[in-house]
Amino acid sequence: MSDSHSYPHEPTGVETRKLGMWVFLSTEILFFGTLITTFMIFKGSDFPGMKLTDVYDIPFTSISSFILLMSSLTMVLAHNALEVNDQEKTRVWLLATAMLGAVFLAGQIYEFTEFYHKGFELSTNIFSSSFYVLTGFHGLHVFIGVVLLLALWGIGQRQKGLTLEGGMNLEFVALYWHFVDIVWIVLFTVVYLI
Amino acid sequence: MTKIIEPKRQSSIFRRPSSETGIWSWITTVDHKKIGIMYGYAAFFFLLIGGLEALILRIQLSQPDNNFLTAAEYNAMFTMHGTTMIFLAIMPISAAFFNYLLPLQIGARDVAFPRLNALSFWIFIFGGAFLYSTFIFGTAGAPEGGYLAEEVGWLGSAPNGGWFGYQPNAGMKYSPGTAMDYWAIGLQILGIASLISAFNFITTIINMRTEGMRFMRMPVFTWMTFAVSFLLAFSLPIIAIALFYVTFDRKFGTTFFLTEGGGDPILWQHLFWLFGHPEVYILILPAFGIVSEVLPTFSRKPLFGYAAIVFAGFGIAFIGFGVWAHHMFASAISPVAQAGFGLSTMVIAVPTGVKIFNWLGTIWGGKLKLNTPMLFSLGFIGMFLIGGLSGVTHSIVPADTQQTDTYYVVAHFHYVLFGGALFGIFSGLYYWFPKVWGKMYNESLGKIHFWLMMIGFNLTFGPMHWLGLQGQVRRTWVYAEETNLQFWNIVVTVGAFIIALSIIVFMINWIFSKRNGEKAPFDPWDARTIEWTIPSPTPVWNFSKAPIVKSLDDFWHTKYSEDEEGRAVKRAEADQILLDLEEEGLNPSEHIELPSPSYFPIVLASGLPFLGYAVIYKSIPLALIGSILLLIGGFGWGTEPLEEEAFEDSHE
Repeated sequence: MSDSHSYPHEPTGVETRKLGMWVFLSTEILFFGTLITTFMIFKGSDFPGMKLTDVYDIPFTSISSFILLMSSLTMVLAHNALEVNDQEKTRVWLLATAMLGAVFLAGQIYEFTEFYHKGFELSTNIFSSSFYVLTGFHGLHVFIGVVLLLALWGIGQRQKGLTLEGGMNLEFVALYWHFVDIVWIVLFTVVYLI
Repeated sequence: MTKIIEPKRQSSIFRRPSSETGIWSWITTVDHKKIGIMYGYAAFFFLLIGGLEALILRIQLSQPDNNFLTAAEYNAMFTMHGTTMIFLAIMPISAAFFNYLLPLQIGARDVAFPRLNALSFWIFIFGGAFLYSTFIFGTAGAPEGGYLAEEVGWLGSAPNGGWFGYQPNAGMKYSPGTAMDYWAIGLQILGIASLISAFNFITTIINMRTEGMRFMRMPVFTWMTFAVSFLLAFSLPIIAIALFYVTFDRKFGTTFFLTEGGGDPILWQHLFWLFGHPEVYILILPAFGIVSEVLPTFSRKPLFGYAAIVFAGFGIAFIGFGVWAHHMFASAISPVAQAGFGLSTMVIAVPTGVKIFNWLGTIWGGKLKLNTPMLFSLGFIGMFLIGGLSGVTHSIVPADTQQTDTYYVVAHFHYVLFGGALFGIFSGLYYWFPKVWGKMYNESLGKIHFWLMMIGFNLTFGPMHWLGLQGQVRRTWVYAEETNLQFWNIVVTVGAFIIALSIIVFMINWIFSKRNGEKAPFDPWDARTIEWTIPSPTPVWNFSKAPIVKSLDDFWHTKYSEDEEGRAVKRAEADQILLDLEEEGLNPSEHIELPSPSYFPIVLASGLPFLGYAVIYKSIPLALIGSILLLIGGFGWGTEPLEEEAFEDSHE
């Protein structure tokens, strides 16, 4: 961790924590890659019941997708605010990001419940199983992101405030958050649109 | 000189741990060396258990139509033997080497994320304990049309669907009970541990190299660690998702791998081997690295073709992702796929061959010193070569179809993973023994160990080649007397017990040498890499001053120069340099900050088995306990600084 070692390190010039996050995100691509591949394999099959496409509510999901994408914007604003060391604004934008993420999650829970009432349970058919596992796995990531953002917001309340380096820093969480958003763009296209 | 460490008592949830000795110092340590040692002992413990399971299997097979084990018990034993040896023995022993040596070889004071390192160790421990708790809590019922419930017994209550967990055999219908759930979730937990250490090592190698340690000056062992970490990082997510599907199929009624609900059992095979084949290289590349350190040292020559060995290693790692379907030639894949994967399997033999020739080039014309680590390395080359050659025969699809599920395959992968990986690992254990313990091992016991193991190994796995070609099938608890397979099966069983004997010799040597061995100098082998420039045993702070590396094999060039004919000549000042190094290494002249120990890695890790049990028994309270432990661990972790400000060394 990048705390002050008297020792020379970081020959690449990239902060160690950030580098670690990049490596982590590269494996996340394989997590989602495997899930998406499986989903695509089973997407055509409507065995033995109806198709999930019959119950999609595209306008609703579009709105919640938009909300999630906007959270990337607020994340960038938080980062910009911290660059000029405006602690107050940083906290506001962080909270906004977390809230937008939470709204997206609420939307997903609402969507799952709706599907469930229409008779689409996890084990209804292979397609519904793939759908729930894939989008649920992404939802879990958003949830973890919201927890990280709130933790960051909490740390920001303390005397010293937030910095761009060391500890649980904002850039570190921001990388993760943007990644989760980008994955959603892919998922929205793959799952809902094509 | 005394080292005084006075942590400031800043509390987050618990008071900061401060023990330097005793059990708490091990539980809370974030020191890569202590973690490496713990990895080593834990993995060796599991190696013994896996070996015991192998002996039980061999007792059953020593007689035709034997009834020492029931079919159910036999299934459980070979499943646990494979799973244990791969995930709980060889992988963590490699992790032990990575942990201990990687920072030393690149001249760092610790890995990039010391607490994450402790976390991955504790997750591994809890994952192993979780998997083995199946013997206490797990149940394996009798499948429809299979063996009878009364044949299952205590031994049979372990996972029994094979380490490969083929579907639908490992599904609820044919493997009822909870044992296979323990397997799926246990591997999931162990996978998290390996993933975390992979991030950690990749980041460490990229970002923690000391001044002058360019990529092309890194020791080959470090390079192989790098390659293995990439393999882990990119293959484990695939199996993680596949294991999710298995768990969903078994616990929540989905049908990802079950044809009755439109799922696809072949998909499991693809996902499993997309992980499983890179896994083979995850097991063998660390041994490649170790051997590439040992051979030059005891041949007193530089490694022949350093760059070729490094790039061949990465070539293997890369192509390793493109050969997985050669495990599935007997499954439903198209002839085009069979031809393609047959070809890629032949291609991957090329970089492997490059390495073999480079090792031979290294020892060619060298002044060989045939001590225990060198013997194991030489044994490694021979045994791995046999395993590699029998492996290439599998790229011929018709031959492979004939050999599938016979003992020929068992012989092949044991030559690679035992004759290869484990011989390499033993070579490394002897080679770095003086560095870790500051004592010398007993050379004659070491040689007895080597020869016993060499003989036992070949008696065990050599005859399996022809047993397999004669048609003895693997994963089957009996063979009929009329098949005339008995003679070689007895030989194999005797061989297995000779291996067990050799392991006992090894343990005696280890225990006595560690206690009463001769004191080791800090450079007993006249070695080449910078981990030998520091005192033995390694001080907590590793290097007193960040070393500055000027060339490949930097330490060697410090000690030797060349004459006109290119022969190594010891520098006049070499002895003085060594004395200075030891003096400096023991008495650091500057202030050293080390990461402080922490409770939170073990707290965080302890939450995972609870979540595992929660899924198996669908229990909300267990899930809550697990989540709370994760939360406490995560919160405490996030709010405590890595280094306490007052944590420092002062000198008297």
